[in-house]
Amino acid sequence: MTWAQKVLADKSGRSRVEAGEFVVARPDAFMMHDIFAADVLGLLEETGIGSLDDAERVSVVFDHMVPAPSEHAARHQQKARILARKYGIEHVYDVGRGICHQVMVEEGRVHQGDLVVATDSHTTTYGAVGAASAGIGSTEMAYALATGTLWFKVPESVEVWLEGHLAPGVAGKDLILALMTLIGSDVAQNRSLEFHGPGSRALELADRMTICNMGVEMGAKFAVFPPPSASDRMGPYAARYTVDLATLEPMVALPHHVENVAPVREHAGIAINQVFIGSCTNGRLKDLREAASVLRGKSIAAGVRLIVTPASREVYLDALREGIVEDLIEAGAIVEGPGCGPCFGGHLGLLAPGERCLGTHNRNFQGRMGSLQAEIYLGSPMTAAATALTGVLTDPRVRTEAEREVAR
Amino acid sequence: MSPSGMTFSGKTWLLGDNISTDLLSPGHYVHDPMTVRLAHVLEAVRPEFAGGVQPGDVVVAGKNFGCGSSRESAPQHLKDLGVAAVVAESFARIFSRNAIAIGLPVLTCPFVAGRARDGEAITVSLDQGEVMLADGTRLQAERLPEAMLDVLARGGIVPMLREIGRR
Repeated sequence: MTWAQKVLADKSGRSRVEAGEFVVARPDAFMMHDIFAADVLGLLEETGIGSLDDAERVSVVFDHMVPAPSEHAARHQQKARILARKYGIEHVYDVGRGICHQVMVEEGRVHQGDLVVATDSHTTTYGAVGAASAGIGSTEMAYALATGTLWFKVPESVEVWLEGHLAPGVAGKDLILALMTLIGSDVAQNRSLEFHGPGSRALELADRMTICNMGVEMGAKFAVFPPPSASDRMGPYAARYTVDLATLEPMVALPHHVENVAPVREHAGIAINQVFIGSCTNGRLKDLREAASVLRGKSIAAGVRLIVTPASREVYLDALREGIVEDLIEAGAIVEGPGCGPCFGGHLGLLAPGERCLGTHNRNFQGRMGSLQAEIYLGSPMTAAATALTGVLTDPRVRTEAEREVAR
Repeated sequence: MSPSGMTFSGKTWLLGDNISTDLLSPGHYVHDPMTVRLAHVLEAVRPEFAGGVQPGDVVVAGKNFGCGSSRESAPQHLKDLGVAAVVAESFARIFSRNAIAIGLPVLTCPFVAGRARDGEAITVSLDQGEVMLADGTRLQAERLPEAMLDVLARGGIVPMLREIGRR
């Protein structure tokens, strides 16, 4: 079986399941964030459901509209807190704790082999620890919390076999962006993306989280790194790809779709007004450390705004203790509190008509960050930092070479 | 819905590939009043849509319809504006689950965006898994599984929750 089949079989009480069949499974963990928690729990209240099937499995994280930018958001969050208490949910991570997917991993709320559903499309992130995890909407979440179960179509799986190591200046973000064109939604839609091979073992958790996080951008149901011990015996796969990590280079997604990907060097020089480093995709310590390594001792270009949001309180504290936050602020960055920041267009850095943002987040859809006439580019934290220094889209390896010149 | 509850006829609103949840329900307006949110549905690609769509109209699109967020407001806004069904060459997974959960029929139909014409009549048969265009052309679609048709026939998951709540 594939990893997706194995997890869905385990959680539906079956010895095996076949791709294409529908199963009713019992997820191990459920997560809601502040945009939808009040809606989900409010729907349960309205439909007369007095208790959850198992509140212990449920987490609520306040990360999207934090701290509340409007009275409406504040009321919405107040309602979520009241209802979470009413329904006996104890695992509530309030404003300031961090972005839901980062917090779920830091708090050990998701594990290898778990089946997880959450009211956020980037729930695929937990594949980095070996969980089969997928986003669902609020009405389905209400049903899942009431019954403890949900239907799943057993997906076909796509194998991505990784070899080698990432080159300097290249990160997990560049791999997943490269896969947007190599695989794409025509192949990955509704399937489970499963990463195996020696290269997958060479990737840090932070990079694995970035890769699984963006699996959903090509429509994947799950994106998962199964444990190495399982690699040899898994399959069959609907499609197989092999990637040598050493051959990758910095990539960028161009407006207005995530599959519109090209090497950064082919589009270097495009003027950028705002650089955003953060989000559930790339706001971890490794990301901030890599950005600081590019920015340390320098100043961002005139006319560029650099916004940084650590993915969690832990990440923020670690970055403070390492001196990373100081490096970023001295270079000209605005460091916001932990949260989703401007990624989804809620607040903290929206765009005017004609402006361009290069961000480390996950979507560049038209209108996502404010104006419909703004443009969003997506790249790695190193690409973002190099771009902030120059004010134009910049391959971070080019800077490294220029620095070597200076050093000589 | 028709007497059988499974066939719809309406005017076609033809859209392209990769219609995202940000186009359907921009995150920027997530906390605005519903009238404001509905006014911005699809404004980037069809500015006349929100004001012009009539109850019973059918949205027809290319590949990867509803890609992006898990926000249920994406299908809900289409339903609130009166859209009877969405027919696309393929759907993003969460969008199609959400649509069925709230009682908005979705039907996957290969090649439909290249064959349907904007503004013309279209008939969608869920139980046949078929689409009929104004010129009489019939296109084979992927019939939804029985369990999903059952959820749609009940009007979505909310009535099912009410049943659980009464127990």
